[in-house]
Amino acid sequence: MTQKEFLNIVMPFKDKVFRLAKRLLISTEEAEDATQEVLMKLWNNKEKIEDYKNVEAFSMTMTKNFCFDKLKSKQSQNLKIVHSNYEDNNTSLQKQVELNDSVHWVSRIIEELPEQQRMVIQLRDIEEYDLDEIANMLDMNNTAVRANLSRARKTIREKLTNTHSYGIK
Amino acid sequence: MVLNDIEKLLEKYENGETSLKEEQELKNYFSQETVEPHLEIYKPMFAYFLVNQQEQFTKHVPLNTKKVFDYKWISVAAVAVLMLGIYLKSTINNDLGTIQDPEIAFNEVSKSLEMISRTFNKGTSTLGYLEEYNKGASTLEYLNEIEKGTSIIFKKNQ
Repeated sequence: MTQKEFLNIVMPFKDKVFRLAKRLLISTEEAEDATQEVLMKLWNNKEKIEDYKNVEAFSMTMTKNFCFDKLKSKQSQNLKIVHSNYEDNNTSLQKQVELNDSVHWVSRIIEELPEQQRMVIQLRDIEEYDLDEIANMLDMNNTAVRANLSRARKTIREKLTNTHSYGIK
Repeated sequence: MVLNDIEKLLEKYENGETSLKEEQELKNYFSQETVEPHLEIYKPMFAYFLVNQQEQFTKHVPLNTKKVFDYKWISVAAVAVLMLGIYLKSTINNDLGTIQDPEIAFNEVSKSLEMISRTFNKGTSTLGYLEEYNKGASTLEYLNEIEKGTSIIFKKNQ
């Protein structure tokens, strides 16, 4: 497989890999490293790529596992990273988001969600995957995905309502 | 879209029962400038989703092909060297100076045989002193006579 063929396969979903990694790792730099790592792994196993039924789903699962490993190793190092106050001064996108303060609130709320719910929200509401696809990627069954999704959406709405009414009071 | 529908969709949405198409409708509705005041809180949520869809991965990924050293080329090189060696050796050995014309060959052979005999004769002539040795040995024959004499004497004694 040449580099060009590989890029043709990988290009359509590399941003999705990056966004999922960022959703889990929060920091942009770490997400970039994780994405790079995942793509390198794919490249090194490029002979096997044709055997995979769905390279995209496979890559998403790989990203999830890789990020979990990263988070775990961080915990074992006793380095507690408090994600919610992580300052990301890198992207102009972030600034764009912060222009709208309540949009920024949403990102805070999502960051506080449990990892499973965060992933499900990411894959469904942002990447717009099918529920079955998500279940496949996360090694969960369809109902569990739906339950996580519902819980996450309700939590976001409740917290938004709270901040909203605090703002008024 | 009718407000009632949106509210129904939102309820379905919170239970995780909406289809992707229905969710797209919700996103479209909440990306409008103005929404119903009591639904205002949903707006930042859907806005956030839409903004986050655009984030891109821009870092360059170095895709280096691993250089695997192919050992089979060593054997190819070895065979090539071997063949070259055999070829060179055979060309050198073929040139033995064989003479094709029989007359010249005869002359050459007699010439070299003559040389052999000449040097051989020289060698044998140096061995002439061996004759002197024979002469010396023959003069020692009288010792036999002495022995004969003594043997007769000893016989008489017995």
